[in-house]
Amino acid sequence: MARVVEVAGLQKTYALGDESVKALRGVDLSLEAGEFVAVMGPSGSGKSTFMHIAGLLDTPTAGTYRFEDCEVSTLSPDARADIRGRRLGFVFQAYNLLPRTSAVENVELPMVYAGVPEIDRRRIALEKLETIGIPQLANHHPNQMSGGQQQRVAIARALVNDPGLILADEPTGALDTQSSQDIMRLFTRLNAEEGITIMIVTHESEVAAYARRIVTFRDGLITSDTLNQRRAA
Amino acid sequence: MTLKATLAVALAALVRNKARSLLTMLGIVIGVAAVIVTVAIGVGARTSVQQSINSLGSNLIVIQPGSVTQTGARTGFGGASTLTPEDGLAIAKLADVAAISPMVSVRTQVVAGENNWQTTIGGVAPTYTFIRSWPLVGGRFINENDVASAAKVAVLGQTVVAQLFPGGQSPLGQTVILKGAPFTVIGTLAALGQSGTGQDQDDTVLIPYTSAMERLTGLTTVNTLMVSATSATAIDPVQQSVTALLEQRHRIVPPQADDFQVRNLQSIAQTASQTGTVMELLLAGVAAVSLLVGGIGIMNIMLVSVTERTREIGLRMSVGARAATILRQFLAEAIVLSTIGGLIGVVAGGAGTIAIGLLTHWPMAIPPQWIFASVAFSAVVGIFFGYYPARQAAALNPIEALRFE
Repeated sequence: MARVVEVAGLQKTYALGDESVKALRGVDLSLEAGEFVAVMGPSGSGKSTFMHIAGLLDTPTAGTYRFEDCEVSTLSPDARADIRGRRLGFVFQAYNLLPRTSAVENVELPMVYAGVPEIDRRRIALEKLETIGIPQLANHHPNQMSGGQQQRVAIARALVNDPGLILADEPTGALDTQSSQDIMRLFTRLNAEEGITIMIVTHESEVAAYARRIVTFRDGLITSDTLNQRRAA
Repeated sequence: MTLKATLAVALAALVRNKARSLLTMLGIVIGVAAVIVTVAIGVGARTSVQQSINSLGSNLIVIQPGSVTQTGARTGFGGASTLTPEDGLAIAKLADVAAISPMVSVRTQVVAGENNWQTTIGGVAPTYTFIRSWPLVGGRFINENDVASAAKVAVLGQTVVAQLFPGGQSPLGQTVILKGAPFTVIGTLAALGQSGTGQDQDDTVLIPYTSAMERLTGLTTVNTLMVSATSATAIDPVQQSVTALLEQRHRIVPPQADDFQVRNLQSIAQTASQTGTVMELLLAGVAAVSLLVGGIGIMNIMLVSVTERTREIGLRMSVGARAATILRQFLAEAIVLSTIGGLIGVVAGGAGTIAIGLLTHWPMAIPPQWIFASVAFSAVVGIFFGYYPARQAAALNPIEALRFE
């Protein structure tokens, strides 16, 4: 199996006024293609910082990060933007859809920046909405959709460039229990049927229960890394 | 990302906020419309002044007697009686002189039947209608025979026709009395309207200058000599040769001052045209300031927009937009706003110009280079005032932008 993420000795230090805060103190982790990992930990544990670095939104202070066998911690901002657009998919707690823009146009957005020809964009976007199970919402605007539906559109957007890794930051944080379960089942299905590599950051154990592997952060270090024996379904 | 894609993204963003986009554009629309209208008014006013000056006669040179000093008091130009018809005949032989006509002006009462009217009588030569580019509408004009015999014939201006023959009957062949002498009406002049100085040019009766000298003034001198040069470029040389000739004929040697004055209407036309240009630039300057204010409006709204759309910018960055792409997108939004605003402004300015043209009857015209310049300027305004907000957007940190509340 191909290795998607391999970090070694990852450190991140923030300057907060005069103090410096060590958000990550040396993290080693690797992720194989097809894995479904939940990253857990209380707030301030460093899990969000880890996700930002893994998502190439931020750079580490020290350590190495190989993404798809390429050292990415020293890349230029433009090169990182290109990898984000072409090889990574993001799902956020607040969906972050463009307002007053139809679902299908929202899904097309990463393809606009990746330079996919206009004639292909609409077709691929509709395909992904089909995969997610909401083709009937293609022309709906975000304010005409429920939270769960909006998050599905956001997931379709994350899938659209066939990324090597999907990073989901508290994807169910703004949803009710039923919608949360639907979204987590969707992730499970995408992982099982499409073989998509997924990393979810959450502090809820009910959410983490859907993953195959659970990594727990505390005070900037990984304190446990276990296979999930009792997966939710 | 291609230019087309960038423009498409920018347009989509503007369409999402239609009301705001339109209001932002308004500043530029008003600015450009103001530029177009003021320039059109300037051009219209200038053309109008030019036309009324041209209506006095093309390539016209006017010679008047100088002033004289009478018991210490100096009269103005025209006070002396030094110009004679013979001066005029001598000038007619000079090179580049197309025609000359003496002018004897007398203000007097003219009577026809039971109607009478005070008007200016002009004693002129047959060349007068050519010099003034003044066509007849009826009858014939004074000819050489009339001048030679000091004939009692008159040609009436339209105002005089209206006052003396109010019933609408033809004045041709009728008799009018000038200072007791009966004159036969042989022709009527076309209506010229007001002169550049506001005088009614149609309020006149033209008779042979010889008749005017014999029967009205009793003098051997004339008030004015009107000379028409063969072309606009010949005006200056003719003016010089006329001056030299008259100095010789009047035996004037330096340091003696000339007893006559030679002027041409070209210099008046030039002054008027320069005044028009200054006015035009002044108005355009004021309008340009309003364009500038429109540009500041765009910057203001774009800055608000960047703050309001911080999360959107963060999202765009996370799905692969480079900082330069974000910068171009916001810059494109500003340019699209200002350019579309400029185009709408041209249309609005054109409509305003037509409306003012209908109201004032000025020959309004919008020089095409001003249309091009004002649209180009509004695009530049977009670039200039859009760059700062666009840079703010591009400089955002994606993580902080995504978390922005």
